[in-house]
Amino acid sequence: MKYEIIVVGGGHAGIEASHISAKKGHKTLLITMNKKNIGDMPCNPSIGGRAKGIIVREIDALGGLMGKVTDQSHFQIKMLNNSKGPAVRSLRAQVDKITYPKKMLEILNQTPNLTILEGKVEDLIIENNEVKGVILEDQTKITSEKVILTTGTYLNANILIGDENTKGGPHGEDRSNYLSEKLKTYGIKIQRLKTGTPQRIKAKTIDFTQMQEEKGDDELWTFSCLDEASYNPNDQQKCYLLYTNEKTHKIILDNLEKSAMYGGYVTGVGPRYCPSIEDKLVRFKDKERHQLFLEPESLYYDEWYLQGFSTSMPKDIQEQMVHSLKGLEHAEISKYAYAIEYDAIDPIQMQPSLESKIIKNLYTAGQINGTSGYEEAAGQGLIAGINASLSLENHPPLILKRSDAYIGVLIDDLVTKGTKEPYRMLTSRAEYRLILRHDNADLRLREYAKEVGSIEEKEYLNYLEKKKQIEECQKYFQTQKLTKEGKEILSQNHIDIPKSTSYNNLLKRPEITISLLEQIKPIPYPKNIKEEVEIQIKYEGYINKTYKEVEKMSKLESKQIPKDIDYQKIKNLASEARQKLEQIRPISLGQASRISGVNPNDLAVLNIYLKKEYNKEKGENQLQN
Amino acid sequence: MLDTITAIATNNIGIGAINIIRISGEESFPIIQKIFSNPKIIDSPSHTIHYGYIKDQDQIIDEVLVTIMKSPKTYTKEDIVEINCHGGYAVTQKILELIITNGARLAEPGEFTKRAFLNGRINLLEAESVEDILESNTTTQRNLAINNLTGKTTKLITELREQIVGLLANIEVNIDYPEYTDELVITKQNIEPILTEINQKLTKIVNESQNGKLIKNGLKIAIVGKPNVGKSSLLNTLLEEEKAIVSNQSGTTRDIVEGTIIYKGILFQFLDTAGIRKTTDTIEQIGVKKSEQTMQNADITILVLNNNEPITNEEKQLLEKLQNQKHLIFINKTDLPTKIKIDENLKAIKGSTKTKEGIEELKEQIIREFKLNDIENKNLAYLTNTRQISLAKEAQKHLKHIIEENQKNVPVDILAIEIREVWEKLGKIIGEYYEEELIDNIFKRFCLGK
Repeated sequence: MKYEIIVVGGGHAGIEASHISAKKGHKTLLITMNKKNIGDMPCNPSIGGRAKGIIVREIDALGGLMGKVTDQSHFQIKMLNNSKGPAVRSLRAQVDKITYPKKMLEILNQTPNLTILEGKVEDLIIENNEVKGVILEDQTKITSEKVILTTGTYLNANILIGDENTKGGPHGEDRSNYLSEKLKTYGIKIQRLKTGTPQRIKAKTIDFTQMQEEKGDDELWTFSCLDEASYNPNDQQKCYLLYTNEKTHKIILDNLEKSAMYGGYVTGVGPRYCPSIEDKLVRFKDKERHQLFLEPESLYYDEWYLQGFSTSMPKDIQEQMVHSLKGLEHAEISKYAYAIEYDAIDPIQMQPSLESKIIKNLYTAGQINGTSGYEEAAGQGLIAGINASLSLENHPPLILKRSDAYIGVLIDDLVTKGTKEPYRMLTSRAEYRLILRHDNADLRLREYAKEVGSIEEKEYLNYLEKKKQIEECQKYFQTQKLTKEGKEILSQNHIDIPKSTSYNNLLKRPEITISLLEQIKPIPYPKNIKEEVEIQIKYEGYINKTYKEVEKMSKLESKQIPKDIDYQKIKNLASEARQKLEQIRPISLGQASRISGVNPNDLAVLNIYLKKEYNKEKGENQLQN
Repeated sequence: MLDTITAIATNNIGIGAINIIRISGEESFPIIQKIFSNPKIIDSPSHTIHYGYIKDQDQIIDEVLVTIMKSPKTYTKEDIVEINCHGGYAVTQKILELIITNGARLAEPGEFTKRAFLNGRINLLEAESVEDILESNTTTQRNLAINNLTGKTTKLITELREQIVGLLANIEVNIDYPEYTDELVITKQNIEPILTEINQKLTKIVNESQNGKLIKNGLKIAIVGKPNVGKSSLLNTLLEEEKAIVSNQSGTTRDIVEGTIIYKGILFQFLDTAGIRKTTDTIEQIGVKKSEQTMQNADITILVLNNNEPITNEEKQLLEKLQNQKHLIFINKTDLPTKIKIDENLKAIKGSTKTKEGIEELKEQIIREFKLNDIENKNLAYLTNTRQISLAKEAQKHLKHIIEENQKNVPVDILAIEIREVWEKLGKIIGEYYEEELIDNIFKRFCLGK
């Protein structure tokens, strides 16, 4: 058997990687330990959320699946931060854990060029630091030109509940025992990370009347920009809000030493943003209560996810803890909360293309790279798939800049700074968040997608049409003047406009919105177009300021550093800078500038070397050859 | 595009006869247009030199020669302006500040040269020699500069940053975890008092920074005394030019006359006052009132007494008034017989404006009063201060803008972008800033997650 691309692991990263590779016409093999777990959601039953929701939009704009399948499998969807500024809005959907993987598998099964194989990869075929394929547990060798590892948390995974320590991945699945050991022997650095998931509760044992309802939006939304929303908002499922109480806190604090974390049974580094409930209590002693959420996992089974109650306490304590909660006095726990420790690679050893620096033609994406979250994984998987394909086609890789996408921020952070805890995307990580919005993901990324061939023609045409409509709508606002009637309507809303002026000028005022202007007369453009233009007008000053900063940075970003640069040859680099540059091997001066320990003078020195000395040496070498 | 940078190009501020301030970058010409007496200067041919004044709005700062050099035939290959000003420490600082206020950034050591090679102007040999300088300069110097900050300032700024990061973390939590409704939601209404408080604290820091004040304004020195003791003569002697109206008739100096000198690199700004005495003349009264005000506004007051006259009750009262502020006593007219009797414990400088006796000592004593000898000798101290003050002022400017924008209903999450700039600027002052700091704070301060 010979494939062009082998993807190892059928999680969210593996799905996108294998799908896009096949879509681009490359013979692709997806190897998973269990077909049923393709697109599995072992933790929270939701997709999207702040920053992550924008990643899903970006995946969609680049031709990925996550947005489209979420649209087909959620039972509740909300626009978060709808009352705040436009830069921070994003979608979050409660997704059916049965429907999502099912739909995903259907799509993959129908994807030409894609074969799915059940099996366990225990080693890679490596020749001269170049990957040539994989070796399965039964020693079957399958060759390929590229291998993409998307093994999630399965490398050397341990499940911890109190002092119980079981070898295995999520759902009691088998783990991959040898792959990370093998990777180590090839020179890849492995680190141990930790994450956790809370309890699942049987629905019929929950007294929902004791809790506060959390509903979906009445307005219809879709993640994918091509999808038409086809659900009935009244059919959406509810989630519920509940709180911990004094009793809960006493149980936890009295039994602290029994938890895996506080009992010292965990060696992995847990994420700051995902503390266990015992962590929360210890760190925030004064807080009288903590918020918890109950979210349905599926319409096809009756388990609910108890968000916020993640713990590594033993089972009997978990029982007491859950029963102390209002409405859960008689709850039956169907799955106990657990912590999971697993091996991940040091992402600094990756190139921004997600290809390994150590082993040629080997790509990695998702939790193996030290990230957390379905969306972060899918985003990387998509990029890894695109770049493995581009490499087969002899094209340069797609490297999204920090000003292009959250996916760009994610990958740049990973390969430039590395991570010591599972990396989660947060709004505050994106310095250009004002231009990395939910509403403009397609405007930002469709051109790239077209260029790398990851979207279909109709998707591109749809984008062109949107662009055209935006331009027309902009003109409309510039030429449309406030009428006498309009003035009256505005003054009824306590806004006095002395002179007739354009809609464009009116919209610059914070208090004047499109919906207000539409009280005068309807504005003949689709809602998303009007909103896009409104945002551009209203926040023009801030947006332009951001673009200016981007432009400043882009000069440095465009200064490429050749791959074969020898940092030992550069005189006058500070030793810390030399060491860091050597380790990270940035692709541009821009990336180099973000490495901690590389200061502006080191950059200048590097720049000079590139301009003068590097070329001179190259020239000499060529003469000698 | 690289931003516009400025720095004093000459060494040993305050020692040489002139100083050169260089500005490089796109904004150089617009900046000089704003602060030079002849705004048409920028239409002149490149590489020409122009005579005129540097002014801060209407106030003339210095008489200067300005060279304009248009890109690309310049040291950095960018537009360059060079201002030749008088060699005083304070005047040079004042002009530098003015340039920074108008949009330039203080250059890092060696940055002009860095620009020169970034823009491809310098060859390798030259560049290497520059690299050596860069290597020795920056890190240690910056650390030293940071160490020079007083513990008090560091503490104040650290507290301020704590408050800002708390606010920022709260806003970020509201954005990333909107479902956690137990957490305080930052709104237009509740952010306002926080911003106002931060602004007040920052303003206090800027204003109370003693060295900063000296750099900005120089020393304000009031000269007081009863009529006809020789205040104007003293001023003239100090200024060595005829600026004040001198006469023997008492009470002619009704208006406050300003005059400045640069002594040992420090700007002395003399505020001449009308003679302080009880008078029925209404115009004169205004003069007296002004004098008292001037005393209050001055950094130090020189009380002039007449060696040739016994001390009066009025003068005794004046002496009492001065006990609460920095002051010097100058007993004038020692060329005439001594008739004055004063307390032996009273430290006074004796001299004569006619013979110039005691004048040098007077100036020296002012320097000693403010411990300015220290500043003059430390090139480092001035760098630190200008850098810190300009950072603090930039932070202030942002803060003012944020408060205005909040009143205009700009969403809090957008304000946060600029609040972060304030926080980073303050962090640079004390050298405390790391990328993950905000994220650390979010999870340190708020309790969230699955």
